[in-house]
This record gives sequence, structure tokens and C-alpha cells, in this order.
Amino acid sequence: MGPYLIRRAGLMALTLAVTSVLVFVIIQLPPGDYLTTYIEELRAQGEMVPPERIDYMREQYGLDRPLVEQYLVWAGGLLVGDLGYSFEHSVPVRALIGDVFILTLVVNVATVLFVYIVAFPIGLYTATHRYSVGDYGLTFLGFLGLATPNFLLALILLYLSNRWFGTSIGGLMDPEYLDAPWSIGKVLSVIEHLWVPVVVIGTAGTAAMIRRLRANLLDELHRPYVTTARAKGVPPTRLLVKYPLRMALNPFVADIGNLLPQLVSGSVIVSAIMSLPTTGPLLLRALAAQDYYVAGAMLMFLAVLTVIGQFVSDVLLAVLDPRIRLGGGLAK
Amino acid sequence: MTAPEAPPPPVVHAPVPDDPDAHFVCPAPFDPTAEEVLPEARQKALEAGHWRMVWWKLRRHRLAVVSGLVLIGLYLIVLFAEVLAPYALGDRDTNHIYAPPQRIHLVHEGEFIGPFVYPVQYTLDMVRLKREYTPDTRTPQPIRFFCSGPSYEFWGMIPADFHLMCAPEGGTLFLLGTDRLGQDMFSRLLYGTRISMTVGLIGIAISFVIGVTLGGLAGYLGGWIDTVVQRMIEILRSLPELPLWMALSAAVPVTWSPIVVFFCITLILGLIDWPGLARAVRSKLLALREEDYVTAAQLMGARPARVIGRHLLPNFSSHLIASVTLSIPGMILGETALSFLGLGLRPPVTSWGVMLTEAQNIEAVVLYPWLMTPMAAVMIAVLAFNFLGDGLRDAADPYD
Repeated sequence: MGPYLIRRAGLMALTLAVTSVLVFVIIQLPPGDYLTTYIEELRAQGEMVPPERIDYMREQYGLDRPLVEQYLVWAGGLLVGDLGYSFEHSVPVRALIGDVFILTLVVNVATVLFVYIVAFPIGLYTATHRYSVGDYGLTFLGFLGLATPNFLLALILLYLSNRWFGTSIGGLMDPEYLDAPWSIGKVLSVIEHLWVPVVVIGTAGTAAMIRRLRANLLDELHRPYVTTARAKGVPPTRLLVKYPLRMALNPFVADIGNLLPQLVSGSVIVSAIMSLPTTGPLLLRALAAQDYYVAGAMLMFLAVLTVIGQFVSDVLLAVLDPRIRLGGGLAK
Repeated sequence: MTAPEAPPPPVVHAPVPDDPDAHFVCPAPFDPTAEEVLPEARQKALEAGHWRMVWWKLRRHRLAVVSGLVLIGLYLIVLFAEVLAPYALGDRDTNHIYAPPQRIHLVHEGEFIGPFVYPVQYTLDMVRLKREYTPDTRTPQPIRFFCSGPSYEFWGMIPADFHLMCAPEGGTLFLLGTDRLGQDMFSRLLYGTRISMTVGLIGIAISFVIGVTLGGLAGYLGGWIDTVVQRMIEILRSLPELPLWMALSAAVPVTWSPIVVFFCITLILGLIDWPGLARAVRSKLLALREEDYVTAAQLMGARPARVIGRHLLPNFSSHLIASVTLSIPGMILGETALSFLGLGLRPPVTSWGVMLTEAQNIEAVVLYPWLMTPMAAVMIAVLAFNFLGDGLRDAADPYD
């Protein structure tokens, strides 16, 4: 287990390092920097900007230094929790973030749990009741869930809730808690609002997961060892839980590697539509305003979220499957 | 690849009564040179080439065939959008803003007069500040077919004014209603098909080239190239696609011309989407490069590019086509999402995602639900590609 963990952690560090370069390059891509835009704006308002002040600001933000140095400063800051400075709001990025990261984490973890809790019994049912009415019905629903892009689902839900209940289901908490400090009431309010975005973001992933679990289990159900166990008189439920289910669980856990990036992508766009106080709207706003340290912080956070999630899933998989931890190979 | 030998036709013997240990011997003399005679259909099946067998297998997959037909229909719309749309792109009717869809009727006061629409009367509800359109059922206006209507340039080159159907003389034909600017949603949907369906194709072409090149090199050459490519694939796959797409498209300057922006967006979609394909190519090549015919080609002095392109790729081209088909929906959805968020294509370019930006705020959606129709188009296209891809994946290996 030890060597495997070290290798896996090394890969995670490498991934994050490459990602940070990638993110830095991407946020530097737009022609000009925020300062140029800012000065243009000031000029357009008829304000005189003395060149000394421009130079001072440039130096202040380190924009005059070579890109490699800028990257090192930025990446070094990330390591110690300094996310840079928001030009648009004139505050450090940290001050801007507030609960955003926690809420994003809550939404995504809740969605992963939702996907697993829903997909597991349904996948089990459809595999053991193959070609029954329930199987066909659920498979059809799954196809619909797969084909409906989550942001369209969000729109449809917004429309229906407005039509039927006359309320908006946007947001992640009641308005009175928006800027309030954390309290029991706020937590309850978040939990109350959480289910709509979780269902919206998780539907496609759930549908995919059900199909995969069903296929895996169907493969296992007809193996000779199942026949042997049945011949020996093992009761059906015990048989299912003891052998095929354990085999089928491996891909189920390993699949978080595909699931997580998909869910995070989904949560970004859904939160922009449903105006959830998570990374989505903030990232969108920062990208539009070329506020690139904010955008960089959001992108890095989302990447860290998926990469750590995959690390956890790989470790779980190694615990489940001795072949992986003994072979020292990567879970691919 | 040769098809497996068919089992010889069973020889029927008269059963020997009361023999519990029946043992039969064929009484016919053994002729080692005799050719097996097969039924004609079976013989044809044995001689069929790879692609014919793929087609036979695909044909049995009903849903895939239907989806294929739907996709052919969509691409016909791509080709002939100008002719099929009753209005030209950018035509605005400022007297009909947010007009609801007009229904096509066939029977007027008990009399059959062919497809027609009723004209709509516009009133402004001053209390609710809502535009009200009421159909005027006294005067039916027959729809014109094969007619000359608003002029356009076919494919931006040939000026013409021929339409499959046009609005009645002095009337309007808004089959899916109109939007904020009074543009016909149906016509825009057809023009949007052109952009949305091409984005998928061009994007996948880019991702295909990158994926096959990198995956091919990694799988065929192995060694450090393989390690580097594998790490790249792992890193890219572990990152969420959409935020990266968003950040990259936000870097495309607003001032660039719509065509350039269109190509930039497809390039961005393709640049991030290749790892899946590269991985498939790599694992296939890893298995295939040990085959004897590869060694033969190498001994005859073929370079890697030739061995991969001429000898290895054709071996799993049907698998490749299946995975390409399955990755197109992701591109279409990506473009739709980006345009919807205002980071992708922008008006005057019309795509399904651009049209859906109108449906972004809840007021518009509740008051004018027909603004959501492009959603149906997106879902149909995505489902069709998925079903066809599933069918192709099953048919890619027709030898079982």
C-alpha cells in the first residue's frame, strides 16, 4: 500500500503543477492585461492618468516582470493560500471568496453522494430484473437523463416551478441568510435548497452510472462461480451480495474519475443559471471582466477538487482491490 | 480476415431402435477434395467484406438506423437551410415581437382548403404590460409553397429567392413564434442547425487529428513518448472540461469577426476533447503492433507513419468511427453551453446555443415558452448521435 500511495500522490502533485501552468497560461491569454483595460476606462471617463501612477501600479502588481517570474510568484502564493488580487473589486481574492469554496464543495459532494445513492439500488434492480417492465422503464428514463444537458434541465425545472408553484427555485439559501454568518438556521436553509441543484447536476451522471453498474453486474451474474454458489444452495440475496456485487463495485468506485470532472463542469453552468453562490457565477463574471487572478483561483480550485476526488477514489479502489495495491500499478 | 468455417451440414441417419449406446457412421464414401456446398445466403455471408458485415449488423439495430436517418435529415437542413426557411436570416418583423407560434390549419368552417394560418391581431395589455396576440379566425390565409420570398444568398454566394414555403400574401408565418427582435424562430432554428451541427464536425475533425497522431505515436513507439502522452491524457481527463472551455473562449477577443470566432471556438472544443480518442487509439495500437504483418511491413522498410496509417488504422477504423460519433454530442453540447453563457458564438451568428441565450432569464421563459424550442433540437441531435454511436460500436465487431 505504501509505495502505491506515494506513487499516486506524486502523480497528483505533478497533475496539479501542470494544471497550474495551464491555468496561468490560459488566464494570461487575452490580449492586454486588466491594467490596460482599467486605464482605458479611466481615460474614457476623462480622467488623467499620470504615467508615474501607471508604472507604480504595474510594479505594484508585478505586471512589469517576465511571465515566468509572474507565474512563480502566483504559484508560490497559491501554495501558502495567497490567491492574488482582484482588480475589479480592489480586494484580495481571498476576501472575495467567502463561503464560495465551501458551498461549491458542499454542492459537489452532495451530488456525488446523490449519484451513488440513487444509482446503486436502481442499477442493482435493473440488472437482477433484466427485461422486466421496471428495467425498460428505468432504462428509458436513464436515456432521457443522459440526453438532457443539465443546464437545459435547470431551465425546465425553473420554468415548471414557476408555472406550478409560482416560486423561484434558484439560490442555495433563503435570502435573509445570504450575508449572515453561519448558524444552524443557515445550514438547514442550505440543505433545504440543495436538492434541486443536486438533482439537476447529478441526473446525467446517475443515468450513466446506472447503465454501467447494470452492464458490469450482468457480466458477473453469468460467471461459473455464481452458478457454483447457487448449486451449493447459497440463498439468492446472500449470493448476490457476497460475490457478483463485490466484483461489480470496483468499476463503480473507479468511475469517480470520469464522474467528478463531469459533475464539476455541470455544477459550473447550472450554478450560473440557478444563481447559486458557488464558483460558477464568480468564474463567469471574472472571465468576462478579465479579472484574471479571480478566474485563476476559481479554475485552480475546481481542478484541485477533481484531482483530490480522484486521488481519494483511487485509494478506495486500492483498499477494495488487492491486485491494485500489490501490483503497484495505477488504477487505469 | 477470414470468416470462421461453417460447420458441415448434419448427416441424418435412421436411428437404430433399442440401441442405448447409439454410434453412427456416415455411410457415404469420404472424398477429401469435395467442396462443401452452402446455401446461397450463407455463401454470400462468408464472402462479404468487413464494411458489408458492419452494415448488416448495424441494420438490425433499429434505433441506430432511425437515428442515422434523423441525422441525415439534420444535415440536409444544414445544406439547404436558406431554401427551407420561410424567412431570411436577420429578417425582422417589428410588428410581431414575441408573437406566439401560429398553428397550421387545414379546415376552415367545415371546408377543406389546404394548409393555412389565421392572421394574428396584436394588442398591448396595459395592465400586465404583456403583448397579446389573438388569432383572427375570419380570414384564412393559405401558406404558399415553392414560392419566391425574401431574397438570400445561397451559401453566401448565389443570390436567390426561392423558398419551400413562404408566408401568405400580406400575412405572417411564424410556426415557432418570434423572439425579442421579431425574428422568426423557425427560420432561425434552421439556420442554427447549420452552425450547431457543423461545430460538432469541425471540432471532432481537430480532436481526431490530434488524438490519432498522439495516440498513434504513443501506442506504436512506446517508450518515453508513451509515458509523456499518457500523463497528458491523464491530466487533461482529470480536469473539468467546461471551465477550461469557458476560460479559453473568454480569451477570444470580442472584436474579431464572427467567422474567426466560430473557428476559434471549434478549435478550443477540439483542443480539449482529444484525450478520449487518443486513449482508444493507443490501447488498440499497443495490441496490434505485435502482429506479424506489422513486422513484415517494418522489414520491408515502411516508416511508422505508413505502418500506422496504411496497416494499423484500417484495422480498427470502424471502432474509431463509433467513438468519433459518440464524442460529437459533447462538442454540440459544449458549443451550446458556451454560447448560452455568452462566451461562445455571438449574434449575428445563429446557433442553437445563441438562440437559447434569449431563454436565459426566467421572465422570458415563463411568458414566452416557445423561446425554449432550440432545446428540443439540441436533445434530438444529441440522442441521435448517441444511439447511432451505440449501434456503430456494437456493429464495429461484426464477427460474433
